[in-house]
Amino acid sequence: MSDEANKGLLSPLRRKLLMGMAAVPAMTMLPRGAFAQAPATSAVNTTGLAVTDTEVTVGILHSATGTMAISETGSIQAEKLAIEQINAAGGVLGRKIKFIQEDGASDWPTFAEKAKKLLVNDKVAAIMGCWTSASRKAVLPVVEQYNGMLYYPTFYEGLEQSKNVIYTGQEATQQILAGLNWIAKEKGAKSFFFIGSDYIWPRTSNKIARKHVENVLKGKVVGEEYYPLGNTQFNSVINKIKLTKPDVIFTDVVGGSNVAFYKQLKAAGIDLSKQALLTISVTEDEIDGIGGENIAGAYACMKYFQSLDNANNKAFVSAFKKMWGEKTVIGDVTQAAYLGPWLWKLTVEKAGSFDVDKIAAASPGVEFKGAPEGYVRIHENHHLWSKTRVGRAKLDGQFELIYETADLVEPDPFPKGYQ
Amino acid sequence: MFGDYSLGDLGSIFVMQGFAGLILFSVYVLMALGLAIIFGQMGVINMAHGEFMILGAYVTWMTSNFFQSYLPSLFSGYFFLAMILAFVASGALGMLVEWVLIRHLYKRPLDTLLATWGLSLMLQQAYRSVFGAREVGVELPQWMLGSLHVTDSIEVPINGVFVMCLTVLITISVAYVLYMSRWGRQVRAVVQNRIMAGAVGINTEKVDRYTFGLGCGIAGVAGSAFTMIGSTGPTSGQLYIVDTFLVVVFGGAASLLGTIASAFSISQTQSTLEFFMSGSMAKVLTLLAVVGILMLRPQGLFALKVRK
Repeated sequence: MSDEANKGLLSPLRRKLLMGMAAVPAMTMLPRGAFAQAPATSAVNTTGLAVTDTEVTVGILHSATGTMAISETGSIQAEKLAIEQINAAGGVLGRKIKFIQEDGASDWPTFAEKAKKLLVNDKVAAIMGCWTSASRKAVLPVVEQYNGMLYYPTFYEGLEQSKNVIYTGQEATQQILAGLNWIAKEKGAKSFFFIGSDYIWPRTSNKIARKHVENVLKGKVVGEEYYPLGNTQFNSVINKIKLTKPDVIFTDVVGGSNVAFYKQLKAAGIDLSKQALLTISVTEDEIDGIGGENIAGAYACMKYFQSLDNANNKAFVSAFKKMWGEKTVIGDVTQAAYLGPWLWKLTVEKAGSFDVDKIAAASPGVEFKGAPEGYVRIHENHHLWSKTRVGRAKLDGQFELIYETADLVEPDPFPKGYQ
Repeated sequence: MFGDYSLGDLGSIFVMQGFAGLILFSVYVLMALGLAIIFGQMGVINMAHGEFMILGAYVTWMTSNFFQSYLPSLFSGYFFLAMILAFVASGALGMLVEWVLIRHLYKRPLDTLLATWGLSLMLQQAYRSVFGAREVGVELPQWMLGSLHVTDSIEVPINGVFVMCLTVLITISVAYVLYMSRWGRQVRAVVQNRIMAGAVGINTEKVDRYTFGLGCGIAGVAGSAFTMIGSTGPTSGQLYIVDTFLVVVFGGAASLLGTIASAFSISQTQSTLEFFMSGSMAKVLTLLAVVGILMLRPQGLFALKVRK
């Protein structure tokens, strides 16, 4: 679908939206009964979701405890911020969003159980949640069986598409290819050393990266190494890197291992201002633990950096810090989590209904111009069109934007020639 | 895989790989020493060992923050004070835990497994509530970063050397305390025969408490040292616990020498294999070898001769 066609389709909606927004200040002054102007509940909710005349309930499902709490805390914060902002702007179809937060506790069966509870007992209209692929895979059959709607924020390996899920992070080809192209062109890189944690996301991502390096960039992969999750000793692989002298170290190490990897890399005398390192797993959140001095100079390839210089992002960052404290940092996934409630709201308003089937059908083509990362749009495959960016880590733990794709990159969860 | 490299390259890689093995060895000894005392001498299966280490790491983080804010001129030396504080904090918590929990379980060693596992979950959540779920970055003084430049291709990580020296120092002190001092004799007497030890006038409760405290304190120092090479977060302790038990059990529970020998053989196998194959495969083969040897020698590498 071309841009023109999209705009044509959406213009009535946009007019309605603008009218709605203009009415917001007036509405807040009206007495409570005035909300009756909003469409009748029986019309916008035909499937028995938790929607009343004044409220609609959504679920937030992340790990607030357990090992993943490190990563998922930011997502919870972003989703709460988005919900608060949407409510302050008048809610969705005249209804305030109320949220029920459940704790997946870093345990995948618990995620599935809590998702079922949210859908069956609480009848939530949508779930913002999950972080790891494992938790999403556990929740997926539940949202499909009970016909729920899941907004999933993390960049992930692709190879999945569901009517009941909107993927607000990037899938692997979207995230990786542009970064590899850039580093091959900019640094003349020919040889690559891959190192990752040993589970599905790094393995799939590296497979895609390897195909791209070998078939498209005509380069060479001189090493590909995996370490168990939580591994803390990387001296041997660092020696191997020194031996093979790759142009680029390409990493998707995650979690606590990340900290160990960069600290030991620095201790081994590898200077990231001279040795190019491209990571797809380190956001501002991770740098908090790694320490800016250990990773300064490394390149990261994703769609969002806290330092992005645009009006949306500045407003987002200051609102986030106002709500959660001056010291909090915002990484790629946190921003993607922030998109979830907003995209849902826009889709509900486009569909004119909270019904999951109508939302799923209305999702393709929904655009969000207020996204901190800039304009995004939902693709037919329920992933987002988004730009890919390369940033360089600085001493203060922020990224400096080095490169961004000129156009939005099309999401391609089942990439041909990369499997 | 070596075809493309010159002899000089290969030589320096072998030297560096040797260092990598030695550093891993020191790390293993350091993290296993505390457990070897608690598990080996007292028979308590302390699943919360990792959390005592992380307490040491958090103490180091707080000390570093304190020095940065109030005594920036002394920042370069804060690490030594941090290690002492880590020892005191973890040791004190250990003694408290012994008094509240462990002393009721000496006759039921398997229950200590469950109790200390519960304790580890509680401590993790406590860290999460107090320090936040995110990892914290411990800033190190400048002189501890980077590497010693030996030749153009040989670089030795300074933090690795630091860990090695620390390990030697602590091992010698522990050996001295356990085998040369009066208190160490009391500890060994209690281990061998609690009732007789009590009968000859040893305060066994006090000995137990101090032994447990010492083990936890050493865990704290290890945690403090590991802020140089690893992460500091509520669940970081879990990263170490399996390896720690592996080293202690493989070495033979009641033997300090066994712990050292076991740490040496596991670390050397691991780091050599890691060089020739992927990290995950290296781990699998190392574990297989350990399982195989334990099947032949269930009591571990070194075991005290006990009359049954």
